[in-house]
Amino acid sequence: MAKDEFTPRTFKVVGTRPPRPDGLDKVTGRARYGADMSAPGMLIGLCLRSPHAHARIKSIDTSAAEAMKGVKAVVTRADFTTTPEDQGTRDILDNVMAGEKALYDGHTVAAVAATSRSVARAALKAIKVEYEVLPHVVDVDEAMKPDAPVLHEGRQQESVPKGYSQNVLARSQYGHGDIEAGFKKADIIVERSFTTAATHQGYIEPHACLATMGNDGQGDLWCCTQGHYMVRNTCSAILGMDAGRLKVTASEIGGGFGGKTTVFLEPVALMLSKKAGKPVKMTMSRDEVLRASGPTASTSIDIKIGMTKEGKITAAQGEFRYQSGAFYAMNGALGAMCGFAPYDLENLQSVGWEVVTNRPKAAAYRAPGAPMAAFAVESVMDELAKELDMDPIELRLKNAAEEGTKSAYGPTYPAIGLKATLEAAKAHPHWSAPLGKNQGRGLACGFWFNFGGDTCVSLMINPDGTVSLSEGNPDIGGSRAAMTMMAAEELGIPYEHVRTVIADTATLGQNEVTDGSRVTFAVGLATIKAARHAIEIMKTRAAATWGIEPDAVEWVDGAAQPAGPNAGKFPPMTLKEIAAIASNTGGPIAGHHEVNAEGAGVSFGTHIADTEVDPETGAVKVVRYTVFQDAGKAVHPDYVEGQLQGGAVQGIGWALNEEYIYGKDGTLQNAGYLDYRIPVASDLPMIEPVILEIPNPGHPYGVRGVGETGIVPPLATLANAVSRAAGVRMTSLPMSPPKLLAAIKAS
Amino acid sequence: MKFETPQTIEAATALLAADAGARVLAGGTDLLVRLRAGQIEPSAVIDIKRIKGMSDITQEDGGWRIGAAVPCSVMGEHDGLKAAYPGVVEGAELIGSTQVQGRCTMVGNLCNAGPAGDSVPAMVAAGASVRIAGPEGTRDVPVIDIPLSPGKTSLAKGEFVTSVFLPARPARSSDAYLRFIPRTEMDIAVVGCAVNLSLNEDGTVKEAHVSLGAVAPKVLDVPEAAAALIGSKCEDAALEALATAATAAATPIDDKRGTVAFRKDVSGVLARRAAKLAYTRAMGEKS
Repeated sequence: MAKDEFTPRTFKVVGTRPPRPDGLDKVTGRARYGADMSAPGMLIGLCLRSPHAHARIKSIDTSAAEAMKGVKAVVTRADFTTTPEDQGTRDILDNVMAGEKALYDGHTVAAVAATSRSVARAALKAIKVEYEVLPHVVDVDEAMKPDAPVLHEGRQQESVPKGYSQNVLARSQYGHGDIEAGFKKADIIVERSFTTAATHQGYIEPHACLATMGNDGQGDLWCCTQGHYMVRNTCSAILGMDAGRLKVTASEIGGGFGGKTTVFLEPVALMLSKKAGKPVKMTMSRDEVLRASGPTASTSIDIKIGMTKEGKITAAQGEFRYQSGAFYAMNGALGAMCGFAPYDLENLQSVGWEVVTNRPKAAAYRAPGAPMAAFAVESVMDELAKELDMDPIELRLKNAAEEGTKSAYGPTYPAIGLKATLEAAKAHPHWSAPLGKNQGRGLACGFWFNFGGDTCVSLMINPDGTVSLSEGNPDIGGSRAAMTMMAAEELGIPYEHVRTVIADTATLGQNEVTDGSRVTFAVGLATIKAARHAIEIMKTRAAATWGIEPDAVEWVDGAAQPAGPNAGKFPPMTLKEIAAIASNTGGPIAGHHEVNAEGAGVSFGTHIADTEVDPETGAVKVVRYTVFQDAGKAVHPDYVEGQLQGGAVQGIGWALNEEYIYGKDGTLQNAGYLDYRIPVASDLPMIEPVILEIPNPGHPYGVRGVGETGIVPPLATLANAVSRAAGVRMTSLPMSPPKLLAAIKAS
Repeated sequence: MKFETPQTIEAATALLAADAGARVLAGGTDLLVRLRAGQIEPSAVIDIKRIKGMSDITQEDGGWRIGAAVPCSVMGEHDGLKAAYPGVVEGAELIGSTQVQGRCTMVGNLCNAGPAGDSVPAMVAAGASVRIAGPEGTRDVPVIDIPLSPGKTSLAKGEFVTSVFLPARPARSSDAYLRFIPRTEMDIAVVGCAVNLSLNEDGTVKEAHVSLGAVAPKVLDVPEAAAALIGSKCEDAALEALATAATAAATPIDDKRGTVAFRKDVSGVLARRAAKLAYTRAMGEKS
């Protein structure tokens, strides 16, 4: 365990705000995204998608499509003859190309590649699919009932008690102590049930790729993804080829938020290319993105919390039922682990349920599973604060987890920043600002684990003294800037002397997906270690030049120098000077580091929102919003602030208007940004980010991931603010105007 | 697919009459979106922007004639039109986004025959008419008679709308349009309401028109709601009666955008708010 990595230091580059290295490309349109790549002889690929929520595929006749002029390949599941070894990859195959059944509206059942989009469109129409429409289920509580329509037989894990539908795939329990005894000690108990709707990550760039499979069995894939190594491993397993024969290059990425941590088009495009013998480009329409890429789970949650009249929690209990679409996901378990994580609890029982329904396969969405759990737990905390007439911050401070607390999910916390965020919120002018008519203030806390994982970095010292850094993670939140800064910091050279690129899968070793807020932490750690590796080599070269021992050389401000007067008297050799003579001192110089990074350091945040409710229409205006989050060390504060603001905004959308709306026939009713209502800029106040820096002991600079925690508190923050403004407790998200007006009129 | 740019009304009607699959293009903010989404596959697109007068706003008999290809943002920059019909202009300026408003037209909004078109209720409340050109010549038709049901208009084969006419109005008149959307912009009305008022010298309402959008298969003219305002100075009692009548007149459906109960309630709320706004504007003209 890397618990002793952090050493306090004074930073020169880290913590400043230099221009982002990808900025000019992105504002001039020079940056190349998924759909921006072309190849000679390229075909256009399109998917045929199920119009039914649940249907047995009795037959598919592709002959008319195949006979059309300009159609070069048609693929169905019959073309995918390899069965991947692990269940997760088999699920992905079933998701990207339906097998015996179409499991949701939008599930791909066939695909074509043709010389133009219009020919491809016509070919889709010529494919005849015979469906036997089956009963469907899209609601999590309905899907758990023993008589619900069943998606998959025989996939239920032993952890599920008898009496539930086969759709309930798993049950997991967390906690400690004796909740019955704890509830007996309580002076007050609040028990409530909550629901949240499925929401989409809402990235601006639709999925896109360009696949080329040669007759020699070698493939190249260009795609928009959060992890091209994952794409390589998954696609090669599905296509039955060696991973090393498929080279995947990540495009620039127009957002992902977890939704691009899996594959959708890529294996299909590769199969079409293999069959056609030509490059195939595929791009999803927005309608396809919403119908067939991964939204998050919808949930049904019960929370019970008991407290003494002084506000100390005596027991807490939660049931977290999550539907994750047509395939297994562990969102319910993550919800059960995260919901109570901010609190020091003597007695806790937290149970997660994983349920499948006839909806698209859920993908990760920024702290997957945690925001809904926090919504339910923090709503009950707010109600308890009201009942006890206590300040919501004081109530939380009384129960807040700190270093040494046994967490809700098991481990004991090292140094954490929850209390610091609560104290900062308490001291901030927002908390004590007066409220206007029909306004209410809400507060909530949130937790996310953060992650490290497999990481490789290479750092090359160029002959002119500049540095080229290669990382293997698509830059989705500013990683090129952050890595450049950490390399420059460690080497003691200017930011402008380092350029960081995202290497393809043939260039570096395995890299985990850009997920779990891991990159600034893990890739940063590897970058610092790769720089230290290069420094060691440079010190050796200087030592040899001077004829002294390498141990007698130290690295200060970008130069090697003798370590003290006894080492000998030589003027310092700068990185540039060492680089210039490297060819004569042993050859080119490069550092590298490969690691499964541990010690990511959990992250906490506290949010405050003021909302104004129109009591006649149920419309909600967010008047003021402040985010407090522990970043460990903010490498590039602009990006950190952006992460905090972005998380808050996505959470506000989730709380107020975003939802997957299904018709009686199980088809998605709002597959577009007109009726899938993401907030627009004018819906939002300026989100004020307050960065706290409680160093992570597991990182040399104290860095913690910051990408995900920001979306955990807002659902509850908004619910608490709206409930106080409207005078009625809102337990169902989104709090859309029709729902809120009905609640106001009923109260 | 053919793309035609006729220079005259006659040439355009001839093209439309000859091809049942032809569609008219002005701003294109609906047509091109549907085309790209694969929802329509027209055999020809007839761009009417090059026809004389299509992009003009002109005064006529004390009223205003607005060409079929006038973008909504151009209306928003026209002082005379804004002074005469602020409600019509504010409805037009709510369509889509700023970028869309640079292209979209009221006539396109009307001829989509969508129940929620933002520019339509204020035109109805204004008593506006449209001029229709066709193989048989031209005819003038009240705006309210153009949409028949969602997606269907009363236009015959070969016909297209060439302009909207907003009639002259007496002094102490004004109008207002309000819509409810869950966001602040770039959305589609869940309920829309326009109120058009003319006042007597003593400030009482002489003439009123109330129109509701998005709460029925087509735009509604609600005379019983308007009647509640006649003779009043838009006091609370009159506004309450107006709201009750508007709520009663709405016959919405439950869908992804709202419930029946919500739309009926909000019809009344918006009618009340739009009436107050129109009244304030009408009074302001007097002073």
